[in-house]
Amino acid sequence: MTDTLIDGLYREGEPIADTKAPKGVDISQMWTQRKFDAALVNPANRRKLDVIIVGTGLAGASAAATLGEAGYNVKSFCYQDSPRRAHSIAAQGGINAAKNYKGDGDSVHRLFYDTVKGGDYRSRETNVYRLAEVSANIIDQCVAQGVPFAREYGGLLDNRSFGGVQVSRTFYARGQTGQQLLIGAYQALERQVGAGTVKMYSRHEMLEVIVVDEGDGPRARGIIARDLVTGEIETHLADVVVLATGGYGNVFFLSTNAMGSNVTAAWRAHRKGAYFGNPCYTQIHPTCIPQSGGHQSKLTLMSESLRNDGRIWVPKRAEDCDKDPRDIPEEDRDYYLERIYPGFGNLVPRDIASRQAKNMCDEGRGVGPAVDGVRRGVYLDFADAIARLGEDAVRAKYGNLFDMYERITGENPYQVPMRIYPAVHYTMGGLWVDYDLQSTIPGLFVTGEANFSDHGANRLGASALMQGLADGYFVLPNTIRDYLAKGPFEKLSEDHPAVVQAQREVQERIDRFMSINGTRSVDSYHKELGKIMWEKCGMERTEEGLREAIEEIRALRADFWSNVRVLGTPEGLNQTLERAGRVADFLELGELMCIDALHRRESCGGHFRAESQTEDGEALRHDDEFAYVAAWEWGGDESAPILHKEDLVYEFIELKQRSYK
Amino acid sequence: MKLALSIWRQENPSAPGRMVRYDVDGVSEDSSFLEMLDLLNEQLTEKGEEPVAFDSDCREGICGMCGVVINGEAHGPERTTTCQLHMRSFKDGDEIVIEPWRADPFPVIKDLVVDRGAFDRIIAAGGYISANTGSAPDAHATPVPKENADRAFMAAECIGCGACVAACPNGSASLFMGAKITHLGELPQGQPERWSRVAAMTEQHDSEGFGGCTNLGECTRACPKGIPLNVISQMNADLRRAGYGR
Repeated sequence: MTDTLIDGLYREGEPIADTKAPKGVDISQMWTQRKFDAALVNPANRRKLDVIIVGTGLAGASAAATLGEAGYNVKSFCYQDSPRRAHSIAAQGGINAAKNYKGDGDSVHRLFYDTVKGGDYRSRETNVYRLAEVSANIIDQCVAQGVPFAREYGGLLDNRSFGGVQVSRTFYARGQTGQQLLIGAYQALERQVGAGTVKMYSRHEMLEVIVVDEGDGPRARGIIARDLVTGEIETHLADVVVLATGGYGNVFFLSTNAMGSNVTAAWRAHRKGAYFGNPCYTQIHPTCIPQSGGHQSKLTLMSESLRNDGRIWVPKRAEDCDKDPRDIPEEDRDYYLERIYPGFGNLVPRDIASRQAKNMCDEGRGVGPAVDGVRRGVYLDFADAIARLGEDAVRAKYGNLFDMYERITGENPYQVPMRIYPAVHYTMGGLWVDYDLQSTIPGLFVTGEANFSDHGANRLGASALMQGLADGYFVLPNTIRDYLAKGPFEKLSEDHPAVVQAQREVQERIDRFMSINGTRSVDSYHKELGKIMWEKCGMERTEEGLREAIEEIRALRADFWSNVRVLGTPEGLNQTLERAGRVADFLELGELMCIDALHRRESCGGHFRAESQTEDGEALRHDDEFAYVAAWEWGGDESAPILHKEDLVYEFIELKQRSYK
Repeated sequence: MKLALSIWRQENPSAPGRMVRYDVDGVSEDSSFLEMLDLLNEQLTEKGEEPVAFDSDCREGICGMCGVVINGEAHGPERTTTCQLHMRSFKDGDEIVIEPWRADPFPVIKDLVVDRGAFDRIIAAGGYISANTGSAPDAHATPVPKENADRAFMAAECIGCGACVAACPNGSASLFMGAKITHLGELPQGQPERWSRVAAMTEQHDSEGFGGCTNLGECTRACPKGIPLNVISQMNADLRRAGYGR
């Protein structure tokens, strides 16, 4: 480890190597080989093994269902009232699979290639190949469960193309693909609940992971959870713990995430020794409904498919921005994407579309209501499409999206151009995992959006649903058995010192929240943090801005711990207390995100470092310096975090600069 | 906007509840109904009064977590989820009565939050297709006629919010049940368990304390996803075919 602080902020530790992917085998055989090498657990022994799975989205519900079917003794946890509410349910577009049902040249290798390239060469080759490989099985599994994918008249499954990809490989269920996939996984989970192999704990929140060292090194052996209805602090012990707890986009306060989406489970594990990979990798989605005022609690995504027919523009002159857009003549409009990127036009990738929208608004040419003095919106105009195709044809294609827009904004998009603005959507960072999806704490596995592994710096459309289900149905159940074959581990008693300590930590934290009795609400801190993060660690970052952000977050955190107001009691349902815990963790994560963003002095995917751009203002990667995963180790409350680098080695794909000009 | 709210406050499941009046000021007509409650809660926190507990999560109309009775109507005056109801549907100075879902099988946990665990137990009783992971045939092995696929999809749009139960004078969950039975019953994959599924789910429904359906149709009028009443006739037809109750 380096002795002195780098940039005054962090230390550098030993590099890490992912050793679990089989060596000396062609990439197409690695997963087969790993499955074969992983030890088996006799069916009669499985019921003696206890598995805890936190989170019931696509990754968590599918894993719980699959491990329950296999005969393990599963406990499943979610903070919502039902596992069916997990935020995977809100995904709209679709799920990719290399089925080549259209005969248009798709293959496992092509899906693999597209995904690595779409991740701007910052994802791990071996994991992405496996993801592409199992993608076809996911569709089979979901169809068998009754997921109602769109079909053609012949009764076969329909596909569409998505996000700049040149083949049709996206399976979908109207704009509700996430809901239908989740309901499939949820029903499979409930089937196991009915069968008694899974015990479900809804309205429970994991607040600590129990890590025990019995002489052979640390192991995750359980969790401390709070029953959100009774307030009771519960201890749950197991042989292995799986976190499938989603992403942390809510650190920005305004995002497309659900209100309850949080980082607590992952952050608590990080503080206990699990490395956090690429925390600054956030995907910003270009087509969201803009913020309308300070009252707003979340942002709503509009499907990207709108960019197929809508034209994006802003007024050429700032003084036209408060005019009715219909009164601005053609020659006074700037169709900036068509102007700057004539080849791709309005269909440039998400990161480029997002950044240019921000540039237009920063120049003072944004439209719509001003929030904090700045108009943050650009027009997405269907007037040409309506003139060309007719209103009925546009309605048939996009009617539900237009209705949703009208409901939220009160404006009729058939008559007035829609307004859109980028918003935080998905986090590609998360707990670092190896090829087996195991974190740096043995016995703690991490799946889906909660881990960092497969999307690299820029998540492609229709790939997140694929990863959630790949991890839960196919990858984890095969890798976790290798770990479980060493169990059952020695029975742990609830008065083991490590368990008692974890219980005490949780209790002290709650007591502290209840006793501060300050003057500021939890939400006001969350909003202020979000603003810092969005302005200084969002789409565009600068060295100076990030340094300011780190100072501001530290000051805000200190104020939070002395002045936050949590009313009510810790017994029973207390939603303010729940939020206080989550915001406290966001206040720590936010600083690490800024440190990670600061140290990565390159522009990559959605993360634009102003200091690293080409002559014509495009993102400039530095593969010689930054082709690695940044895995951060918790340095302690008073110490700086420690950076471990995992070099990304591309043996099967050549690194290239992306270009959309 | 300035509004006068009457809200059901109940400390815990066993405490008695009561309506409490609150005035809330500075409500934007662009805010959602839940954001209006957020604002009320900020104002209550400032005064040192405990905020009103209510459920919400995705706030984009798909997770099904939110739901309150507004002026006597489940999810309020428009056919949508509470999170997608906006304050421009109300007028400055309006009085609004806000209550939790009312039904015996949905006990109140606190204020506007109820326990809908009964829905999960109905699904656990048989609301699925048994398909173990890893053994599925190729997805194209069984073609599904488009009409069936579309009807299955329409029924599968149910978000399990519970508005149908809250709106039903009998406290029946028949629309929820019918939606799931129609979704799975329209598909070839759902046929092997079709009759045992409807029987098992109905038994669970009745044992949870939900009432019977008398075809009043309040459920479908309150349903934010527009699940049609004919899924209930489908359920009843399937029940007869299953020989249930003989």
